[in-house]
Amino acid sequence: MENAIAWIFIFPLFGAVACALLGMVNRKFCNPVAVLSMAGATWAGVETLLQAVASPQAQVSYILGGWTLDLFPRGVGIEFRADLLGGLIALVVLGVGFIVSIYAKLPVERETPNKESLFYTLFLLQITGLAGIALTGDAFNLYVLIEVAALTGYGLIAMGSNRAAAATFNYLILGTIGASLYLLGVGYVYIKTGTLNMVGIQEVIMANHLMDSASMQVAFVLIGLGILIKMAFFPFHAWLPNAYCNAPSTTSSLLAPLVTKVMIYVMIRMVLTVFGVEFSFESTLWAKFMPWLVVFAIICAAVMALAQREIKKMLAYLIVAEVGYMVGGVWIYNYYGLIGSIFHIISDACMTLCLFLGAGIILKKCKTTHFDGLRGLFAKMPLTMIGFFIGGFSIIGLPPTCGFFSKWYLITGGMVSQHWEYLVVLMFSTMVMVVLFFRLIERIHLAVSESGKNLGKGHGDLGLTKEQTKFDEAPLSMLIPLLLAASIVLIIGIYNQDVVNQIERFLEPFNLPKGTRN
Amino acid sequence: MFEDGTVLNELLVERLNYFIYVVLLLIGLHAMIAKKNLIKKLIGMSIFQTAIILFYVSISVKEDATIPIYKPEHDPHGEHTHAHDLEVNSSDAALGAGHGPVALQSAETAQYANPLPHVLMLTAIVVGVATLGLALALCQRIYQGYGTIEEDELLTKIERADARTSLSPLAKAKSSRKLSNRSSRKSVVEETGKEKTIGGASKRATTGSRQKSSAPKRKAAADPSQAEPRKPVAQKKTGKKPGGSSKPKKGSA
Repeated sequence: MENAIAWIFIFPLFGAVACALLGMVNRKFCNPVAVLSMAGATWAGVETLLQAVASPQAQVSYILGGWTLDLFPRGVGIEFRADLLGGLIALVVLGVGFIVSIYAKLPVERETPNKESLFYTLFLLQITGLAGIALTGDAFNLYVLIEVAALTGYGLIAMGSNRAAAATFNYLILGTIGASLYLLGVGYVYIKTGTLNMVGIQEVIMANHLMDSASMQVAFVLIGLGILIKMAFFPFHAWLPNAYCNAPSTTSSLLAPLVTKVMIYVMIRMVLTVFGVEFSFESTLWAKFMPWLVVFAIICAAVMALAQREIKKMLAYLIVAEVGYMVGGVWIYNYYGLIGSIFHIISDACMTLCLFLGAGIILKKCKTTHFDGLRGLFAKMPLTMIGFFIGGFSIIGLPPTCGFFSKWYLITGGMVSQHWEYLVVLMFSTMVMVVLFFRLIERIHLAVSESGKNLGKGHGDLGLTKEQTKFDEAPLSMLIPLLLAASIVLIIGIYNQDVVNQIERFLEPFNLPKGTRN
Repeated sequence: MFEDGTVLNELLVERLNYFIYVVLLLIGLHAMIAKKNLIKKLIGMSIFQTAIILFYVSISVKEDATIPIYKPEHDPHGEHTHAHDLEVNSSDAALGAGHGPVALQSAETAQYANPLPHVLMLTAIVVGVATLGLALALCQRIYQGYGTIEEDELLTKIERADARTSLSPLAKAKSSRKLSNRSSRKSVVEETGKEKTIGGASKRATTGSRQKSSAPKRKAAADPSQAEPRKPVAQKKTGKKPGGSSKPKKGSA
């Protein structure tokens, strides 16, 4: 298929319209429409990535409206470009969207009754926005797509409880500040370069030696700050935990794996493609203080995750810590660090998906996600728990899950570039995650026999009854997506070399340092 | 005072727009972060976005320039008689010009203002309107759920609610048992019929234990913590709600 990249947008966009219209007729149509359009978009995503892999320049370009490069200069017309990085991230977005759309059927009916058509409309628009962020080749278009993704995200989160609406308000304020700062930065870039096309900006910067220009420095800071706010990097993370914990479980399992990761992709895109390696790492101060900020961020997020007594909240802080990993991988300015960072985007999306799908099932079955409500769950739903823990093991970084391999590259990058502080903090955070997940495992597997002793009351109102230990697995439409996600975590782990090869091919032209710094 | 080269001249004469945009940006940012009222935050957000629009529009300003529509002498398709148009079209077809736009030489483009920032800002305005609409809808939801749009009051109410929901299931069961005892005792003591129904409702709600807090106003009124006797204000408020008073009571909590 020649224009597969355009089909990536056509499927969810028109699916969203169809959901909104069919929802007026009968709400039952919405879920199948969402699943079908996500399946179509995922197929187009696979096709696009294959085309990019097969093409000699390792990218597919599609300029909307026929403003082709042979007739008009670069920068006229909006370009969608799938290079290997963008293609991989877009495929992750679409794949996660597809899995969650299958999962969505029951929780959406239960948690947002009578609003299914609106939910699926926003859901598909969210996917359109996120896939667009991954594929657009235009800096301003990126802003619009960030806002498309953000606005639909606000809507999806606010469909939860009243508490969710209050959390969304904070998210909206911070998200708007972030996106507006990005927009302002793009304005400065436009003043200096006269173009909005990402490759065009890079060409102008190189041709006119704009590395030391004050306007470009301001632009870099504004864009960087905006993106850091949007990705919930530690000091700016305040919006994330409450928004994700109070959202409907389908929403949190869609947004948690994607939104922060896609914003990290934007940061990598800005650093590598738009501003260029030389500008980003050598003419700005960022490269000097970011590694230390990352250290601070990971430690704080890990400690806060340790303090949580509820699965969803704990996972939300884990995401904040993982964001620190990936940002660190970029700013240690090393080839292996960047491989690790990009690979970690992919693997983190898969494992976070696993964990949030699992948490959603737990919430449905146990009506709580508090740690104390989980005792003896393994006896009740073993398959769900296996899926959940594959995600957990991947977060810890146990082989052969994909989390092990991405962390391996991050650690290699830290060692090679001699950023020992990053290395230490990665180890620290890994230990924290071991504690977090083994604490959960202990409750879920072993607490049955200890229940009387632990609780000490013996009144039996919350001790495990027969009913609680009876085999009672989640419904198939929720279980299958979870197991699918878990198997993807394992498959990416086993075939990690194939993914890394493509990432290496993408990073080859950027001449990143492979040895020690200085 | 405004001679060439002085700071004041640069700020207030040459770059007045940029000066104003920075001031507006900071006003907006301050309002978004420091104001307690949610609506004031939104006003700040609008100012913030407007500042950026001013910035973009300022960068496209050009002296002695006109709107970016072909002047007659620059129109590559000539005068707009149909026959002539076709003729030009056929001769230009090889260049790919067709009916479409044709890039002018840079000497000619100097006479037109740059349209691109304006077009970008049209999009940004649309985004801003959508954000504002969504935010106002959220404010309404928050007001319906918590009865306030003051951030500090909201936070105390949320904290209270969180303290309830984040209890472990064990502790929750215990506290709800205690609560239901207390409120049932209270419902006997209370004289008014209204209070009685609330007490009764809260008892039902608490014995049902893990009530989701997702329900809006009516359930919130029947919520055990709101009907808790220790908090007289909340009590008064829930007592009032069926009476139909929905006026925001500033500083009541």
